[in-house]
Amino acid sequence: MAMKFEKTGEGTYLLDVTGYVCPHPQLYAKKSLEKMAEGDTVEVIFDNPSSGETITQLCEQAGHEVLENKKEGTKYIIKIKKG
Amino acid sequence: MEEKKNQIWAFVITGLLILVSLIYYKVNTYYLYTVVYIWFGFAYGMMLQYGRFCFASASRDLFAAGVPRMAVGVLIALMFFSIIQASLNATNMSTFHPAPFGIHMLISGVIFGLGMVLAGGCASGSLYKVGEGNMTNLVAVVVGLCIGQAVFVDVGGFFDKFIPASWEQSALAKGLPAYIIKDGWFDKYLAGYVWNQPSIQLSQTTLISNALPGASKFFIGDALINAILPSSMLLIVIYYFYNRKVFLKKRAKQQGGKAGFGDEISGVWNMITASKRTTIMGVLIGITAGLHILVMKGMQLKFEVKNFGEILKRMGYEKDVSLLGEVFDPGYWYITSQEGQLGGWLLEKLGWNMQDNIFFAINNGLPNPLRNPALWMSIGIIFGAMVMARLNNEFKLKWPKGELWVWGLAGGILMGFGSRPSLGCNIGAFFIRAAGGDPSGWLYAIGMATGAFFAVKFFNWWTERKMAKEMEAF
Repeated sequence: MAMKFEKTGEGTYLLDVTGYVCPHPQLYAKKSLEKMAEGDTVEVIFDNPSSGETITQLCEQAGHEVLENKKEGTKYIIKIKKG
Repeated sequence: MEEKKNQIWAFVITGLLILVSLIYYKVNTYYLYTVVYIWFGFAYGMMLQYGRFCFASASRDLFAAGVPRMAVGVLIALMFFSIIQASLNATNMSTFHPAPFGIHMLISGVIFGLGMVLAGGCASGSLYKVGEGNMTNLVAVVVGLCIGQAVFVDVGGFFDKFIPASWEQSALAKGLPAYIIKDGWFDKYLAGYVWNQPSIQLSQTTLISNALPGASKFFIGDALINAILPSSMLLIVIYYFYNRKVFLKKRAKQQGGKAGFGDEISGVWNMITASKRTTIMGVLIGITAGLHILVMKGMQLKFEVKNFGEILKRMGYEKDVSLLGEVFDPGYWYITSQEGQLGGWLLEKLGWNMQDNIFFAINNGLPNPLRNPALWMSIGIIFGAMVMARLNNEFKLKWPKGELWVWGLAGGILMGFGSRPSLGCNIGAFFIRAAGGDPSGWLYAIGMATGAFFAVKFFNWWTERKMAKEMEAF
């Protein structure tokens, strides 16, 4: 198991923290957003149910926009635009 | 297809617990006492999972991500629970008892706080996450809360050297059997230090009981002063530091003009309702924890006992109970002591003498797990959470890999160690006591938050390091 943070295009990133439990998905999501420029987007993939609520609230608090929030099987995918 | 499978599993698990309850009742009606613990545990598990209710998250997500969701949920639960506790105390239907107050609560809280952040869940949070299929938390529960605690309360020899001579003398003066005090640092700590500390419940203090005669002392002393006011103040502090700026900025954008007092109130309300599922579960958990006390008191009245140990003796299980004729039977929501009993029971089966310490031999007994009522509450939590996770298609069996083994083991052991000197964890030492008028609960909470703060600092460093490695590629 390893976390993945990849640049998938110009201003687009992928953070895959599948398999990780609290607090790692939310911590990696926060750190990724800190590394990105305003307007960049990141797709966060995780499978720890408790992290979803925290990640969406983190975005609201910090002024980031949640573009997509979906569940595919037991995986959660949140697409965030840095504000 | 997966949804259907999950629904079937939810029904199977619930059906199995119903069957277990019926078998217990059929074997002996005394086991109704155990069945009540099972189903309150089941209810806690469902609510904890649905609300993602974890005390580790309360301080961790606040410090790490600036998210107050869980801290708000815990404080709301505490306020509701305190009102019900006061009502039960006022009608003499409470099983609550305060614990010794002292610096040990703070130190213990720091150790527990470090552990809960490392493990990724507090004592109750770890149980509900096991129900979600999270095996990292199972490692923390088995190694730390079960085995770790049992070892912690029994070791002596080298560790006895760290105990002040005054504690040993004080312990010996209590008239306990010599074989118990002779070897074991925790015995000397308990009998020589903890038992000498005052137990405080605000409603029972001279100042409050003289000033507020009758039932009002429970509502004003225990609920208002010890729980509702501190919780409200914390909510305002959290709002001020974490929510206010963002909320008022949004408000100004929408409505313009200068913010007034009304906007501040709206801001606090907005923070409370930001995560409805957590806040609603906070209210329900508070009410359920209160009802649990009421029903356990009802059970004690029905069977004319004050402790389940008396029932075990009536049924002929003399070996299950402590020298005082008791077993661990808190009468309310509690975690960790029963896991320690399971660990102790297992170690004893492997040949380790667990009957030479105060924790098992005097205070809690070492019952067969099948006859351990509080342990059934923990099992109920796991299965309640599993049913809820299955119903919401959130169950996934996840085995720890790589670093998660280290976090699970280290966090679990620290949680196990951090819950013994305080005689409880985030539930028993903080939630129940703070709501019941015992200020030692807040001392533990300060310790937990401090421990969580340092564990978050560590994880921030760790995460930053790993991110830097990942970013070398671009």
